[in-house]
Amino acid sequence: MTDTASKGQDYESSLSGSPSTVAAFTDTRKGIVHKIQHALHQTPSLVPLIVLVMSILIFGALLGSKFFSPFALTLILQQVQIVGILGAAQSLVILTAGIDLSVGAIMVFSSVIMGTFTFRYGIPAPISILCGLAIGTACGAVNGWLVSKMKLPPFIVTLGMWQIVLAANFLYSANETIRAQEIEAEAPLLQLFGITFDVAGARLTIGVIFMLLLAIGLAFVLRQTAWGRHVYAVGDDVEAAELSGVQTTKILMSVYMLSGLICAFAGWALIGRIGSVSPTSGQLGNIESITAVVIGGISLFGGRGSIMGMLFGALIVGVFTLGLRLLGADAQWTYLLIGVLIIGAVAVDQWIRKVSV
Amino acid sequence: MASNVQPILQGKNLVKRYGKVTALDHCDFELYPGEILAVIGDNGAGKSSLIKAVSGAVVPDEGEVFLEGKKVRFSSPLDARHHGIETVYQQLAMSPALSIADNMFMGREIRREGFTGKYLRMLDKKKMEKIAREKLSDLGLMTIQNINQAVETLSGGQRQGVAVARAAAFGSKVIILDEPTAALGVKESRKVLELIQDVRSRGIPIVLISHNMPHVFEVSDRIHIHRLGKRLCVIRPNDYTMSDAVAFMTGAKEPPEEVAAA
Repeated sequence: MTDTASKGQDYESSLSGSPSTVAAFTDTRKGIVHKIQHALHQTPSLVPLIVLVMSILIFGALLGSKFFSPFALTLILQQVQIVGILGAAQSLVILTAGIDLSVGAIMVFSSVIMGTFTFRYGIPAPISILCGLAIGTACGAVNGWLVSKMKLPPFIVTLGMWQIVLAANFLYSANETIRAQEIEAEAPLLQLFGITFDVAGARLTIGVIFMLLLAIGLAFVLRQTAWGRHVYAVGDDVEAAELSGVQTTKILMSVYMLSGLICAFAGWALIGRIGSVSPTSGQLGNIESITAVVIGGISLFGGRGSIMGMLFGALIVGVFTLGLRLLGADAQWTYLLIGVLIIGAVAVDQWIRKVSV
Repeated sequence: MASNVQPILQGKNLVKRYGKVTALDHCDFELYPGEILAVIGDNGAGKSSLIKAVSGAVVPDEGEVFLEGKKVRFSSPLDARHHGIETVYQQLAMSPALSIADNMFMGREIRREGFTGKYLRMLDKKKMEKIAREKLSDLGLMTIQNINQAVETLSGGQRQGVAVARAAAFGSKVIILDEPTAALGVKESRKVLELIQDVRSRGIPIVLISHNMPHVFEVSDRIHIHRLGKRLCVIRPNDYTMSDAVAFMTGAKEPPEEVAAA
């Protein structure tokens, strides 16, 4: 080695005098707007939460106790339970920068499997339910395999899967509905998620509890475990994640399979919600779940957002739907306002990010 | 290096083609224990492809890779990492929306002890943050104020610093640095060079890819000159000048026979 090795280069000689403590600055920005922006940047799910609380307050003020009662508020929970569960599945996929258009179809197909297995073949209900959950997971696994191994775009894969599963659902069920009375008499387990119980005027169902526990559980896993961090990393930049040691194929596979399983649970909850097994129900599940995800502030480009945001997004839609119906407005107003909310949510998201706080 | 010493990391006859483009053309590569090997070459000479082939980021079409004399076949960077090879890629491989601590421990997160770690698989965030802060301080990255800030809020140089700190913290057998100082300021570059020497003094050999000739000549023990997809020659910094090296690597001058690769 040459002598430069020991002394480095001349212009570097003053380096030894540089400070060795972490830099600190005084922050003179004290405006309320800045503070709000900072808080929102730290916890993105605050935006949908604020919108949710404000819309509840506004409808409460307009409608009084008709809306602002434990019964009405828990009715909203019951009405959004299916979208909430599907939204959890959708959130996972969208966090990996994918999209799942087949969630609704997988849900319906799983519920049809559960019903048909029980009533057409006489299989005991618990086993039929397990079969339904397994089929849902399998559909998710096919999606996951095509996306992670074959490297096909998730939009195309799940667009195809949506059609395939829906057609299989109609062909297999022969478009027959299994009536609620039959299920109630012979296989009440299928309606498990519909069981209601009243607590001080509030009416909850197992399905609602399941939705809330699912959201809390997933929020925990995404935040506190390595798997959760990897889901975000894959959605953020899949190549970087691969190079920094994330097994991206496994993560994508597990996400799509879990999404399929959650959809199958949604199918079970769907039986509890509508009482019967109907191959024509739940058709809008994919669009409604994407709506909840977007209003909930999860980025469609992946890697940003939280499950709780999605839940608030689903509840916002529920509050608007019920509130406007109680006000006697045309149902189209609901869709119009939801459209405004979707665009508004994305606009707010951009504003929060514009100034990196 | 004495001929009876076995290379710690060796590539033989490596070939990598991307469609009609040949990035590696029957290239050899040797890294000996405890040395700093610089790899220099023109843009497009295939330096990064060589590094990717020995670090598992690409699987070579032909040829073999040996680690400590044993034939290995890395099918992913994670594979290579399990064997103790840590790489800083040119594109840095960081997840922009995640925090510095998250990125440093990506793929090797520390779980909590006891019930919450074992059954709930909870991460020990405090510990990871503490270690991440120490590693950054070792590197003199004092301008990073918050270890939990997202990587996207860092400057290019700070990001590079974090990537280098990550490799230095976890590499156990070989550390490969692809252009580690390209975006760094004077002070941080100096720190990286000091770090490189510090890592070598711990006995870990380093592969350094750089366009910065003063840096290369200052720290390296041997210089691997790469040209047109293969190793042109290996020189010692004491025997040649920087302009000789540049002349070899651009093809302006033929390397002398005794150092030319077979």
